Amino acid sequence: MIRNPRDLQRYTASERANHWVVGICFILLGLSGLAFFHPAFFPLVHLFGGGVWARILHPWIGVVMALFFLIMFFRFARLNLMGAADWDWLSKVRKMVDGDDHDMPEQGKYNGGQKLLFWGLTLSMVLITVSGVVMWRSWFDFPVELVRLAVVVHAAAAAFMIGLIFVHVYAAIWTRGTIRAMLYGTVTRAWAKQHHRGWYRQITGKN
Amino acid sequence: MALQSLDIARRSATTTEAPQVRNTTEVAKLIDVSACIGCKACQAACMEWNDIRPEVGNNVGIYDNPQDLDDKTWTLMRFSEVEENGKLEWLIRKDGCMHCADPGCLKACPSPGAIIQYSNGIVDFHQENCIGCGYCVTGCPFNVPRISKADSKAYKCSLCSDRVAVGQAPACAKACPTGAIKFGAKEDMVHYAQSRITDLKERGYQNAGLYDPQGVGGTHVVYVLQHADKPSLYAGLPADPQISPLVSLWKGVAKPLAMVALGATALGSLFHYVMKGPNEVSKELEEEMEKEDAK
Ligand code: HEM
Repeated sequence: MIRNPRDLQRYTASERANHWVVGICFILLGLSGLAFFHPAFFPLVHLFGGGVWARILHPWIGVVMALFFLIMFFRFARLNLMGAADWDWLSKVRKMVDGDDHDMPEQGKYNGGQKLLFWGLTLSMVLITVSGVVMWRSWFDFPVELVRLAVVVHAAAAAFMIGLIFVHVYAAIWTRGTIRAMLYGTVTRAWAKQHHRGWYRQITGKN
Repeated sequence: MALQSLDIARRSATTTEAPQVRNTTEVAKLIDVSACIGCKACQAACMEWNDIRPEVGNNVGIYDNPQDLDDKTWTLMRFSEVEENGKLEWLIRKDGCMHCADPGCLKACPSPGAIIQYSNGIVDFHQENCIGCGYCVTGCPFNVPRISKADSKAYKCSLCSDRVAVGQAPACAKACPTGAIKFGAKEDMVHYAQSRITDLKERGYQNAGLYDPQGVGGTHVVYVLQHADKPSLYAGLPADPQISPLVSLWKGVAKPLAMVALGATALGSLFHYVMKGPNEVSKELEEEMEKEDAK
């Protein structure tokens, strides 16, 4: 990819680093968590040095992820507030998925799908963090009925969040020219004008 | 022992059949609460045979000693003073693993082979495979397993599976001086219990009965209770223990369904890319920007 000095800055270095810390934690948590989730995935514990290590490490990685997610939440929450244009975009998302983005309403820095994803991930993260702490027997001893509820919430919210991340990652791969935004922070003007025209106008002052 | 046993009915976190060509007789330990004098010989024998020594505790004014099960206390006499039919009664129940036919611990355990159920009904923890997550505690309807503070492994009564495997009765049964603890084929134990219950009824305990809760498929430790209609009198013995519906939901169909849904999302994405192609920036916009750059 040729880098053009006129490319648009989409993410600062610290935003990117923040995102990657969360991403790496997520992958490690997903792999270790799935190992406990179903016997079919139990062999994944070997990536972490065995079952006992996976059990020890998982909650700590979770704590790191929760902290960095919180910082990321404060960075991006305002930009993800939903408006009428977003719901309009979402109502037309079928066409978008079908590969026809001509009639899609103009979008700012994030489109309706990205915003909904943001709130879905935030909700999952809250549920997972709270339930994860309740399940953490090395440190806590909550009433057993509460722990029973927590394991169901943790497993369900984790499965939901993994599903959301599949969609998130695929959307980034599908929309060409997007992944570089999280690698070195810039996108091309053409990319911005096509996918986020409102944002393009706002930062370039052009039409 | 589990590694060479050929009589395994169930193995935790294992989706294929366990080795089970050898079939053993279903066993049970019968605890006749009405014949227990609270001497704690069973507790001492348990410590002796298993060679574990719980810490010496403090007297807090009750006979329960130690005050709760722990990683080194696999059986414990629990003393309850109750008033029934205008009489003070001292009910002494030997608490410990009930060896459920449908064990909640085994159902909850995520680690292959950490919990085994033999065809004779004994539910055994194999600490070499235990990862210390505590899911067994979450799954147990009787609040029995304990996680060791020293090694983070789960421990509980093994029904002396090592002794039973060589034709011996569990240490507690062997030590009981009043015959309140009996061990043998489950069928024989139930039969013997019936004679005890008849006897108790004749002596005025109208509600005497056998505690062999069907909610967990029956247990391999069964009690003769003077007041079988009120198990909770006996230091909170649950009236109708069952694997919690939350645990069944957690370990039930929800998981395979979630895995199918996730697999479908991943495959769906791949096929979407293959069939619809990527979402590229349009040629016109690219050219527009190139012109701008040329200026
Ligand atoms: C603050 C964050 C988190 C904490 C404190 C936490 C804690 C825990 C604990 C204590 C367990 C039980 C196993 C063990 O003791 O290690 C567990 C299981 C699990 N975790 Fe987490 N976790 C967190 C975040 C996550 C995230 C982000 C994911 C998803 C990618 C996840 C997925 C799972 C899964 C799938 C299981 C297995 C659940 C089951 O057995 O059904 N966790 N977690």
